[in-house]
Amino acid sequence: MSEDTAAVPAQQVKSAPAKKESGISALLGSPAGRNTGLVVALVLLCLGGVVTAGDRFADVDNVLTILRLAAVIGVVSVGMTFVITGGGIDLSVGAIVALSSVWATTLATQGIANDSHWIVMVFTALLVGGACGLVNGALIAYGRVVAFIATLASLAAARGLAEIISNRKTQIVNVPGFTAFFDASVLGVPVLVVIFALVAAGGWVLLNRTTFGRRTFAVGGNPEAARLAGIDVRRHTVMLYTLLGLCCGLAAVMLIARTTTGSATHGGLYELDAIAAVVIGGTLLSGGRGTIAGTVFGVLIFTTLSNVFTLNNLSISAQAVAKGAIIVVAVLLQQRLARRSGA
Amino acid sequence: MTAAALLSVRGVVKRFPGVTALGGVDFEVRAGEVHCLLGQNGAGKSTLIKVLSGAHRPDEGEIRWRGEVVEFGNPTAAMRSGVAAIYQELDLVSGLSVADNVFLGHELSKAGFTKRADARRRTRALLRRLGHPEISPDRDVGRLSVAHQQIVSMARALSLDGQLLIMDEPSAVLDPDEVRVLFGIIRELTAQGVAVIYISHRLAEIREIGDRVTVLKDGRTVATGLDAREVKTADLIALMTGRVLENVYPRRKPVDPAAPVVLQVRGLADEDRFREVDFTVHAGEVVGLAGLVGSGRSEILETVYGARKAAGGTVEVDGRRLRRGSVGAAVRAGMGLCPEERKSQGLLLDQAVYRNITVSSMSSFARFGFLDDRAERARAATLTESLDVRPAGVERVVRGLSGGNQQKVVLARWLLRECRVLLLDEPTRGVDVGARSEIYELIRALADSGVAVVVVSSDVEEVLGLADRVLVVREGRVVHDGPADEIDESRVLDLVMEGHAA
Ligand SMILES: Nc1ncnc2c1ncn2[C@@H]1O[C@H](COP(=O)(O)OP(=O)(O)OP(=O)(O)O)[C@@H](O)[C@H]1O
Ligand SMILES: [Mg+2]
Repeated sequence: MSEDTAAVPAQQVKSAPAKKESGISALLGSPAGRNTGLVVALVLLCLGGVVTAGDRFADVDNVLTILRLAAVIGVVSVGMTFVITGGGIDLSVGAIVALSSVWATTLATQGIANDSHWIVMVFTALLVGGACGLVNGALIAYGRVVAFIATLASLAAARGLAEIISNRKTQIVNVPGFTAFFDASVLGVPVLVVIFALVAAGGWVLLNRTTFGRRTFAVGGNPEAARLAGIDVRRHTVMLYTLLGLCCGLAAVMLIARTTTGSATHGGLYELDAIAAVVIGGTLLSGGRGTIAGTVFGVLIFTTLSNVFTLNNLSISAQAVAKGAIIVVAVLLQQRLARRSGA
Repeated sequence: MTAAALLSVRGVVKRFPGVTALGGVDFEVRAGEVHCLLGQNGAGKSTLIKVLSGAHRPDEGEIRWRGEVVEFGNPTAAMRSGVAAIYQELDLVSGLSVADNVFLGHELSKAGFTKRADARRRTRALLRRLGHPEISPDRDVGRLSVAHQQIVSMARALSLDGQLLIMDEPSAVLDPDEVRVLFGIIRELTAQGVAVIYISHRLAEIREIGDRVTVLKDGRTVATGLDAREVKTADLIALMTGRVLENVYPRRKPVDPAAPVVLQVRGLADEDRFREVDFTVHAGEVVGLAGLVGSGRSEILETVYGARKAAGGTVEVDGRRLRRGSVGAAVRAGMGLCPEERKSQGLLLDQAVYRNITVSSMSSFARFGFLDDRAERARAATLTESLDVRPAGVERVVRGLSGGNQQKVVLARWLLRECRVLLLDEPTRGVDVGARSEIYELIRALADSGVAVVVVSSDVEEVLGLADRVLVVREGRVVHDGPADEIDESRVLDLVMEGHAA
């Protein structure tokens, strides 16, 4: 025993900092803790906005602008959270948004909408988006094409098709009912923001409270185990991509409403923004772990960042650099956490 | 204390967030001995191994290597000092070749260039020594069977020429023949003065190869330096579990001859692994499949379940023929398969215990697709309690559980689901004696409630103890089918090995 005592203090000195570290990482690793980090980041950003832009930032109209911008990419990101949690990836979301927006605003569609009901445009966009997602999912699940490649191909094809249909022209919306509905507010909250809130809430319930969500985690975490456990992994994969496609269709509707146009250039780089928001939110790129709340924060952080930069007259290029830096930091942090819990 | 202590461990403590895996371990290993570590699942054996081989850093305590206090900061440092370990969970890099894996971290090189031909040649020699000349050094490790991967791990450990070789449940995936080869090698090594730390839940093996035994319980040493041949089995079990175990296997009830046939397999064939497999399982019957690893047992089960596409033959459940190659059809007919490899085929490692357990019976906890979380947790908790999953707590992430406890989780999944036909592939791999008898009880209880059970196991004793009827599979064919009480272990081994023991 007496020889031990000499060695023990030296060991304890070493283990003390290690223990503290594991306390922090345990906190960051817990769902509440991870979101705390995101909330802190968002608050800091807002403070930055107030300091640099003052009243121009802390203004109700400005906040609503941020939210309206966040709403469109937010709906796509919620769908993307499902696909990534399920072990997939979709690079074609921006292109699907563009195609849906174009298809829903052709003269023909608008004509029918004016003759019957503006909801026709919404259905068209959802149908086009859902169909694109279905094709993606089928290619990946049944055609066994790697998700990255399959959706890269869809990206090119969908945008190309959008250009053909629109003849590379911006299509102006002239359906009064449509514009009136989406321009309205509910208790001061713009309809677009309400839609985003509903999609996020619905997404949360779907992911965390239903068999569909649970299967998504299983399929993303270990597809072979999921298959042997009796889950139809291929069908589930198709459903995930279709769900994302529907989200893209809805986002297209919202984008049409916000810009009053449909265009083949809509949704540029949405794939990057959505994936980035999902990842900094804490969803694991390798699948099996995902959080809708994190994604919502991720979207808000990016949109607020752009807003602060714009108010300070900083260039789009500077924004891109900042976004890149944030993504790198988030991924590094995530790897740290994953390694800790996995060790 | 003898002067010959090669390794001595004192007061080693290792904590993980929320669990103290090792709470004070003391023991010493002499040169040239086989020192066995015994203990229940979760007792801390694997954690101790990882501490000794530099994969984990101890929080407290002292490790002396050849009399000097050492701190292996990483596995490479341990390897350099002559400590080589074969971990319980295989640690090979798939995508790399067998030879690359064997020499990973200590590549043979000259002026920075790897000497690939040398590595290949030495790998081939090691594999031959391990009795597996058929494994090519150039194969991708990821494409090998688990048993072959285990052999590669052993080759890797041997290639280090260490003074201390640590093996964490090496026999779990080996068949009797291979275990014999392994023991031969261990004897050669100890004769040269190499010390071996050997972990296994099979007491018979410990008696055969061990010199001294150390028993761990809840992360502490409860006995050390016991004579492996003298100590009584009952005493060992009492030390490990703290209780006395009367009968490992439950009593069988005679199967009602009028019981309906539930599972009927006719002429099942695969492209190359097996052919003309016929068997039937009645309600309430447990059928055991014995055979060598690689004889086609697992493939037969997977094909019956529809996870592999059959080349011919039919599978019927309750008289209805199943669509070929469709897991969905099998599941709808009430079939369940507990797969052989818990990590790659069974577990969702990053998810909670209860989610792993309910994943196959989610619909029974759901209404209109909405899950009743609380009911799920409650059901999972009852099951984990009866299987003695440690540490308790259905919210824990499966990754942090010990190997045997992970196995219990996979099994619990299928015990929960109300199946008509339950296919169990190595259900007790790595599970300790106490929990094993608990599992046998549960399987028997399921059978008594009318389920048809098929069990594959490399442990012949288990097949004979648990099953009502035994099928022996050799090279993809059923060579024997008869009641379990009309055949004994040596006869089964003869049937299994026939024409194989060249
Ligand atoms: N990485 C980890 N994170 C958290 N807890 C862990 C980790 N590794 C092991 N533990 C815990 O440490 C304890 C000892 O586990 P260990 O794997 O050493 O058991 P074991 O004796 O090898 O059991 P088995 O016979 O089942 O292999 C268990 O309670 C386990 O849950
Ligand atoms: Mg272990």
